[in-house]
Amino acid sequence: METAIISGKGGTGKSSVAAAFAALAEEVVVADCDVDAANLYILFHPENIEHRSFTGSREAVIDDTICDGCGLCVDYCRFDALSMAAGHAIVLGVFCDGCGLCARVCPQHAIEMEENCESTLCSGNFRYGQLVYGRLAPGEENSGKLVSMVREKARQHARDRRMNNIIIDGPPGIGCPVIASITGVDQVVIVTEPSKSGMLDLKRIWSLCKSLRLPAYVLINKYDLHIAQSKEIEAFCKANGIRLAGRISFDPIIVDAMVHCKTVTEWVPGSGIVSEIKTAYRKIFQETL
Amino acid sequence: MKIAVASGKGGTGKTFVATNLFYALQNEGLVPTLLDCDAEAPNAGIFFNGKKKHTLEVVLKVPEIDTKRCTYCGKCHEYCNYNAVFIIPPVKVIRILEELCHGCGACLYACNEKAINEKEICLGKVSRFDLSLGASMIVTQICVGVYSPVKVIQAGVRETNDDPLVIMDSPPGTSCPFIQTVVRADYVLLVTEPTPFGLSDLKHSITILKGLDKSCGVIINRSGMGDRAIYDFLQQQKIPLLMEIPFDKSIAAAYAKGDLVAMQNKAWCEKLFSMFNLIVANGNSHH
Repeated sequence: METAIISGKGGTGKSSVAAAFAALAEEVVVADCDVDAANLYILFHPENIEHRSFTGSREAVIDDTICDGCGLCVDYCRFDALSMAAGHAIVLGVFCDGCGLCARVCPQHAIEMEENCESTLCSGNFRYGQLVYGRLAPGEENSGKLVSMVREKARQHARDRRMNNIIIDGPPGIGCPVIASITGVDQVVIVTEPSKSGMLDLKRIWSLCKSLRLPAYVLINKYDLHIAQSKEIEAFCKANGIRLAGRISFDPIIVDAMVHCKTVTEWVPGSGIVSEIKTAYRKIFQETL
Repeated sequence: MKIAVASGKGGTGKTFVATNLFYALQNEGLVPTLLDCDAEAPNAGIFFNGKKKHTLEVVLKVPEIDTKRCTYCGKCHEYCNYNAVFIIPPVKVIRILEELCHGCGACLYACNEKAINEKEICLGKVSRFDLSLGASMIVTQICVGVYSPVKVIQAGVRETNDDPLVIMDSPPGTSCPFIQTVVRADYVLLVTEPTPFGLSDLKHSITILKGLDKSCGVIINRSGMGDRAIYDFLQQQKIPLLMEIPFDKSIAAAYAKGDLVAMQNKAWCEKLFSMFNLIVANGNSHH
């Protein structure tokens, strides 16, 4: 079973919740799909790490000795990644999308597409099972592809080690890496917080889940920071038939746990906040639908 | 001058800093523009009421196949670097997977049969709002289901071309959406929190900003929580720590309601404005 923990808005406590769920599951494959800012390895210290590099995109490189400055590539480029300088075409790397059209149109064959960025897919075992995570090369765009690779690797581990549970820590937002993280999962847990921003982002991520027909839970973190706003979230869930997985109180101990590289369930096992997390866990993972 | 407010990790307080800084600048009689580049989750609009001046649609040109002309030669499929052309020649099936298309036009160039036309699909929108005292707010937003916010962000940045002083609220992360925002900025303000997650993401952001040759400074939000590792890192790297925002439940509660602390408390305005002056001075000494 694949469960994706997502949030729309960043900083709602998604990774802390995902880590706590992994600890409660005990035997689990965790896929950290926030490939832009993968963080769970900090808490889980994976061992026997296996690295695999992959090339996500390509960039145009112009050979100045061949380029005769006709400017055709500049006309064809739709990403404004090419311009003319001192009689030659030059590439503005950050804007190049890697489509390769410039290389196709160049009459002098002066343009090559070079594989420039190296992202890595990492996987290692940790105290509750296996952690798979991606490290996107700086500025790389193809994060959806890396997310898909992380998920595939996680599924492979789950099969090999006969583990049923895959927990996905998803990225913030609603774009490509999020879509790649949740497409086809069995259930989605949206971790939100009681603020106007949290509410807006919840609505957006919910409409994405709906369009992908994914069963979703909402978990309200930092519940008591603004009770009225929390009630509004609950009303929204009720009106839209979204199941409420639970409420977690605001507690700086969550940050404390992180600083000590522990999940909150390990750091303060008997605390009120952990019992709130356990209640949510049972609802999401053990309640029959 | 364009100042981007960014962070690797989400939820560190980017929007909090951007909106309050924007308010503080207005309070000092400047006429700034707030550009919300977080097109996947634009929230700056919560904090300001303005009158919508105009909205522009951001579109992508995607191919349409004229099956009467198509000979199923497969050249468009070969030219497409995004696997957006699905083709099975023997059974004469060809489809464009619009969600994978980047609108580069390579297929159009590839086709010798004039079997490809282009149509426009909507990716999102950019709206400009007039606020009081001449200030403006520009909000970028992608349509749900659109894969990449990059084109919408670029359109938002273009919209500010003639605005003299722009505060950009960047999307989180360190991939393309972040780069497309900061690449147009004169200075990048990184908001982080003193935790291992915050530090890990900050290091990533700084590596990228160095690669882009951007000046940057750091704001530590929720100081007093977490640990000291981030302070040591900043000192080692000689990166200016511009401001600390102590953790305070009342700040969080005001933000949750959609209130600006700078509006409620003058001391915040002064603090933010003196930081702005520091950035301007720093920018001048670097370039």
